[in-house]
Amino acid sequence: MKRFWITILMLFLSAGLLTLPVSAQEQPPTDDEVNAIASQLYCPVCENTPLDVCPTEACRQWRALIRQQLIEGKSEAEIKQYFVENYGARVLAEPPRTGLNWLVYVLPPAIILLGAFILIRTLRSWTRPSKPPAEHGPANSGTQDEYIRQLEEELKLRK
Amino acid sequence: MTESIAAPRRGMPVWIQVVIWTFLLLLLVIVGIGLRRTQQGTVQPGEVIPDFTLTLFSGYEYAGASQLSLSDLTGKVIVINFWASWCKPCEQEAAELQQAWEIYQPSGRVVFLGVDYVDTEPEARAYLKKFGITFPNGPDLGTRLSQLFRIQGVPETYIIDQEGVLSYVKVGPFTSLEEITSIVDGLIRE
Repeated sequence: MKRFWITILMLFLSAGLLTLPVSAQEQPPTDDEVNAIASQLYCPVCENTPLDVCPTEACRQWRALIRQQLIEGKSEAEIKQYFVENYGARVLAEPPRTGLNWLVYVLPPAIILLGAFILIRTLRSWTRPSKPPAEHGPANSGTQDEYIRQLEEELKLRK
Repeated sequence: MTESIAAPRRGMPVWIQVVIWTFLLLLLVIVGIGLRRTQQGTVQPGEVIPDFTLTLFSGYEYAGASQLSLSDLTGKVIVINFWASWCKPCEQEAAELQQAWEIYQPSGRVVFLGVDYVDTEPEARAYLKKFGITFPNGPDLGTRLSQLFRIQGVPETYIIDQEGVLSYVKVGPFTSLEEITSIVDGLIRE
């Protein structure tokens, strides 16, 4: 009989657990969790200041909003998407890889590669041993012969 | 008299030079466009404002509609006020704007639109409630409107005449009800 009552009690308890409201996050999010997302966002009001370190009231409200959304169980991607929809893509520290934004990702490495190529080329041209003086070809030797002949004639005259 | 014979100079290939100059020109153009945009300031009186749509907060709709387009308001004087709940100077003019709305609302010739800039909805609603604001208000989703008007901050107010032409720009808060009414009255035509 005792076993029967224990079973009944267990059933009630488990039913009670099932009907309890399930909170999205048991523990309130820590400042670090909020700042991990906030550091990836920039408020348009305070340009060039990441949201996690921005002291303005607008940014404080945004951080509170991130905390609220974490409590509601939203993921980092969902929270960022919410901010983009409400405040535009420019709030993202890392612009989305679409349209002209690709320039941000493509141009710097391209410029670095081009610079490296030019640098290597220039360094190689500096370190390459200079070519020996060109041999006097037939055309040159003719001019030289004429010059030597004139020189010898003048020396003879002086004697 | 000896002739020195210089070694042929090996320059950079032409295609690389073209690529470098193209890059530099492109960067200059991008920087130039950015600088021009920064120095342009807000839209100026005389400009025709292109059509836009504003999604309104629940409880702050216009004629029962939750979205409002500029084209819906043709023939009316439109007062567009950019504000935010975190903006202290906005509070200086909030009551005056509401008073002005109460003056003009019955005639139907003037529409006030509040555009909530970079704000969170709970704080925005608390602000609207605090100042008893009842005219249509909505968030600047994606900061599209603030970019369209090239606002420099909040508060800023743009008044569009009955022909859809921007007539007045106020940067900063209005200091009195008379300041608002004197501008709006001058734009209302029979």
